Amino acid sequence: MLAQLQQLKPKVTFASLFKFYNSLAKAITLPCVGIVIFIFIWQITASNIVTSLGQFPGPGEVWNQSKVLVTEHYQEREKAQTFYERQEIRNSKKLAKNPEAVIKIRQYTGQATYFDKIVTSLYTVAFGFLIATLAAIPLGIACGLSDKVYRAVNPIIQVFKPVSPLAWLPLVTIVVSATYTSADPYFEKAFVTSAVTVALCCLWPTVVNTIVGVASIDRDLIDVSRVLRLSTLAHIKSIVIPSALPLIFTGLRLSLATGWMVLIAAEMLAQNPGLGKFIWDEFQNGSSSSLSRIMVAVITIGIIGFILDHLMLMIQKRFSWNKQATLR
Amino acid sequence: MQNRYLEISQVSIDFPTDGEPYRALQDVTMSIQKGEFISLIGHSGCGKSTVLNIIAGLHQATEGGIILEGREVNEPGPDRAVVFQNHALLPWLTVYKNVELAVKSVFKDTKSKAEIGAWVEHNLELVNMGHALHKLPGEISGGMKQRVGIARCLAMQPKVLLMDEPFGALDALTRAHLQDSLMEIQAQLNSTVVMITHDVDEAVLLSDRIVMMSNGPAASIGEILHVDLERPRNRVALAEDANFNAYRQQVLRFLYEKQKHPATTAA
Repeated sequence: MLAQLQQLKPKVTFASLFKFYNSLAKAITLPCVGIVIFIFIWQITASNIVTSLGQFPGPGEVWNQSKVLVTEHYQEREKAQTFYERQEIRNSKKLAKNPEAVIKIRQYTGQATYFDKIVTSLYTVAFGFLIATLAAIPLGIACGLSDKVYRAVNPIIQVFKPVSPLAWLPLVTIVVSATYTSADPYFEKAFVTSAVTVALCCLWPTVVNTIVGVASIDRDLIDVSRVLRLSTLAHIKSIVIPSALPLIFTGLRLSLATGWMVLIAAEMLAQNPGLGKFIWDEFQNGSSSSLSRIMVAVITIGIIGFILDHLMLMIQKRFSWNKQATLR
Repeated sequence: MQNRYLEISQVSIDFPTDGEPYRALQDVTMSIQKGEFISLIGHSGCGKSTVLNIIAGLHQATEGGIILEGREVNEPGPDRAVVFQNHALLPWLTVYKNVELAVKSVFKDTKSKAEIGAWVEHNLELVNMGHALHKLPGEISGGMKQRVGIARCLAMQPKVLLMDEPFGALDALTRAHLQDSLMEIQAQLNSTVVMITHDVDEAVLLSDRIVMMSNGPAASIGEILHVDLERPRNRVALAEDANFNAYRQQVLRFLYEKQKHPATTAA
């Protein structure tokens, strides 16, 4: 009877509740506590800083300003919408009068909104990162496979690796102006300059990690490849790249993070209409809301950086053959 | 010709060091017949693996060379397949794909796609791994991995199968199973095998001849023991066989009396 009663008892015991609470605490509660404390400190610090542009923005102002940026975006989109509607009405009237009339379709040339700027930034960093990856992985593989190539290239890598993006930028700007001179450019010059600067700075982590990954392939696997007489290409495809993949991805993640940081500086100076230019413009603008708007940008940059890193992590997990390895 | 299928001819090897080059092997010479099972036994550091690697073409002899079927060989190739001690399977490929990689690289011009598939499966069946074709090496046991490693080599149809302590990393029971499998396969295919081992029982059980190596530096062949035991051999029956024990004793005497391990003589 007692045993039966015990079976009827719900499975929720104090211990299991405690365990559940613990896992909940780890997943949600603790990060929330951290954020609340941070906001609190931010509020107190902000209220003690008075600048030439007024009080340093606390969390409240920044939140308000982010809502303003969203509203501005929708207003701008509405304007564009009405512009195109007007244009269409005008053109159809014209055509109704004279079917052979030549009609012009004009692009709306309003301001880029905050979200347009985010998109521009993402495009730019993706383009720069892509160039860097296409150069870095083959270079890393070549250096990892051949000691001679490594010895030849290593000094160059070591010297260029620590160079700040701000040092590259003037050079890149001048070179792009001189060489990228098509009459109807597919890309803006500022875009190319920023992307190339990003590429130059985020090349190195991928190169270095790929070299290490390729150079540390299991000797036995190399011997297997030799016994099978795999061609160089087959050797790279079936042994080298899969072996080095975890480290290549580590490099790519570091590169993307570097690229995203470099991008903001590059955009400020190259005037590429992304988040960097947004900050610069607000800084020049110097209105009472500028500081809050810059803070919104700072937080946006952080969140996007975090998302980009997680995206890379997800791709890495997708391509990782070692499902047991913990990736973080 | 029959007697000289594989010839190891006056092989010496030097390894570069900071000072004088280190002579690891001195004048290793022997002939191996087709279908023969040879074990190399000796203390660690005596250059057994080096001999095997020279036959495989992974190392180059400083003097002398390897002649296989009347032709000198000095680079690695699938005619001398190697079973590595730590299986050396590609961890990102399934069991099937691992063997397929080898089969494709050897038979890409002579076998059709369907034939390749059938041949891969046939060889995996041969080592009793037909049930785990699509598992990754990380998902199967050490013994199973070694079976796949053997299947990969058999699938290349090598002239000589080279095995570098193939069962050294396995527990005793798994090792016994794999030894039995290897004996069966060898009887069936009449493969020529050169195997390195540390295990005296294993050497006597499997081999036609046991090559006992002297200690380095400048290691060489100390003695060669012909094992004249009827095949098929049964480990349980042989445990009480007087001949088997006599062979065992000869190897032990060589290893522990004539060629004491350098570390133990120093101590």
